[in-house]
Amino acid sequence: MELFSNLGLGFETAFTLTNLAYCLLGVFLGTAVGVLPGLGPIATIAMLLPATFSLAPISALIMLAGIYYGAQYGGSTTAILVNLPGESSSVVTAIDGYQMARQGHAGKALATAALGSFFAGTVATMLLALFAPPLADLALKFGPAEYFSLMVLGLVASVVLASGSLLNAIGMVILGLLLGLIGSDVNSGAQRYTFDLPELADGINFVIVAMGMFGLGEIIRNLEHESTRTVMMKRVSGLMLSKEDLKRIIAPVLRGTALGAALGILPGGGAMLASFAAYSIEKKVSRNSAQFGKGAIEGVAAPESANNAGAQTSFIPMLTLGIPSNPVMALMIGAMIIQGIQPGPAVMTEQPSLFWGLIVSMWIGNFFLVVLNLPMIGLWVRMIMVPYHHLYPAILMFCSIGVFSLNNSDFDVYLMALFGLFGYICAKLEAEPAPMLLGFIIGPMMEEYLRRAMLLSHSNALVFFQRPISATMLVMAILALGVVLLPALRSKREEAFKEDA
Amino acid sequence: MPSFIRHPKDFWIGVIFLFIGLAAVVIGRTYTMGTAGRMGPGYFPAVLGWLLALIGVIAVVRSFFREGEPIGRLAVKESALILSAVLLFGFLIRGGGVLIAVFAVVLGSAYASGKFRWRSAVPLALGLSIFAMVVFIQLLGLPIAIVGPWFGG
Repeated sequence: MELFSNLGLGFETAFTLTNLAYCLLGVFLGTAVGVLPGLGPIATIAMLLPATFSLAPISALIMLAGIYYGAQYGGSTTAILVNLPGESSSVVTAIDGYQMARQGHAGKALATAALGSFFAGTVATMLLALFAPPLADLALKFGPAEYFSLMVLGLVASVVLASGSLLNAIGMVILGLLLGLIGSDVNSGAQRYTFDLPELADGINFVIVAMGMFGLGEIIRNLEHESTRTVMMKRVSGLMLSKEDLKRIIAPVLRGTALGAALGILPGGGAMLASFAAYSIEKKVSRNSAQFGKGAIEGVAAPESANNAGAQTSFIPMLTLGIPSNPVMALMIGAMIIQGIQPGPAVMTEQPSLFWGLIVSMWIGNFFLVVLNLPMIGLWVRMIMVPYHHLYPAILMFCSIGVFSLNNSDFDVYLMALFGLFGYICAKLEAEPAPMLLGFIIGPMMEEYLRRAMLLSHSNALVFFQRPISATMLVMAILALGVVLLPALRSKREEAFKEDA
Repeated sequence: MPSFIRHPKDFWIGVIFLFIGLAAVVIGRTYTMGTAGRMGPGYFPAVLGWLLALIGVIAVVRSFFREGEPIGRLAVKESALILSAVLLFGFLIRGGGVLIAVFAVVLGSAYASGKFRWRSAVPLALGLSIFAMVVFIQLLGLPIAIVGPWFGG
């Protein structure tokens, strides 16, 4: 079967000593930074990204993927132990996980999270291997009109799924698209919005935007109301699950995995949506639903499996279409471009060893997560206990050196400070930065596809509705917007976000 | 704040959108527009700029009718300190070298915290400077001077 020969190629690539080492390093660093409260996967990846620039493309991507699920898992650890989710996708894990920790079952909660994630990761990796090739085949038939519509759908989905005001989210997307246009226009070479500054001629590096908005902005926001954290468990023990525990988590893990895998593929979806959808469903169908919120092991198992499955399958649109479904994937795309790889359906056919190597390494990375994290929990606890007023100056140091090292340019550092200020202002005004980052990365691609589509159709704007795939995607985008705008559903959506906030 | 603004958060984000949108349109006026079939470099930015301005207007108008919470305390001192620490890093990194620049960004930003103590912050800044030197310069080989030309490096 082709699948096995493909996976075989992947194992060959991933099982070299170097790549295994980078995978392990990525998972380790990702978890180490991810457990730090207040640092989600986006900030973690942005911070560690410059460290991968000098690596070979495959090693860099393997390490970045490792950082991603490491950060994800690290965030769950923090959510369980201190009730301080570092990222939105572990918000729901904190509800029951923290209660379990308070009752002395922190070890069980952590083990559940790890095993659930591993199972979900394994299944999602298989799905990725199964569905990526046909999807890439389909994508090869895509013309510029389809790509443009797909991007519209992706951006709309990210807007719909952003918490808070819909209008603000749309504004942030457009702002991101505009910022993405800064620099030389690919077609004409014209300088746009560069203010005659040579430093802006190549555009703004996405790492600067991500670190400024998600790193600096977040730090200032945290300093607004400093508080002391208490770690629930100084010593975590009892990592083993009993037979009965295992029985209780099987169904939630399966449901969470299925739901997460499905939602991860959707544009705008991914880990966050997956985890909280899984939690609310589990709460409805579980026999122990009365225990939810009071330390139900199912309340940890379902969202943790879902967010890991979602994290994994969100690679599918990224790898096959070259389109990011969430800001983390946007960063991955940025990293690929820096490595000289143009993301898209051609990656699989032109660089099969890179493609399959990355997929296999995801599974290996998930395996590392389990074997690394449970024994090393003592270290993570110690990292969580580093007081914030010692932590954030160190984060700033990493951000500053990281951004400076992009081009050895002090201008980039000043620009990061500016985005930090803007990120803080946005946070105060409840405008989410995630849609902006997505727009920022998609901006130049979107303009390019729009131009090509309009050129090919002889300036007939209806082309987007005349081609069936493109039309389907646009209709889906309109439906998604319409659904959110309907007053009845709108209040439901606000409720859903409130419940978990 | 004037009393007719009922939703200050929406009002101000609207003002920001409106301002940036119009700025994009105004600055972009000099770029060639082209036609819908052959878009020049000015086409897409102009569309986006107007869209953003429109969204800004909607947000501002809406803020006169919808009730919303006040913005709350702005962490002026904290943001000023954090941002100046980062700017100082940028200013010092070439001429001063990594030791000085890291020391400055760590100590300067640490000062923004209410829990700042010289006794713990200075050792932290020193420790991180040495850490940065060892990890970034000696292990990762970044081309940054340890002690910059301003200090005879």
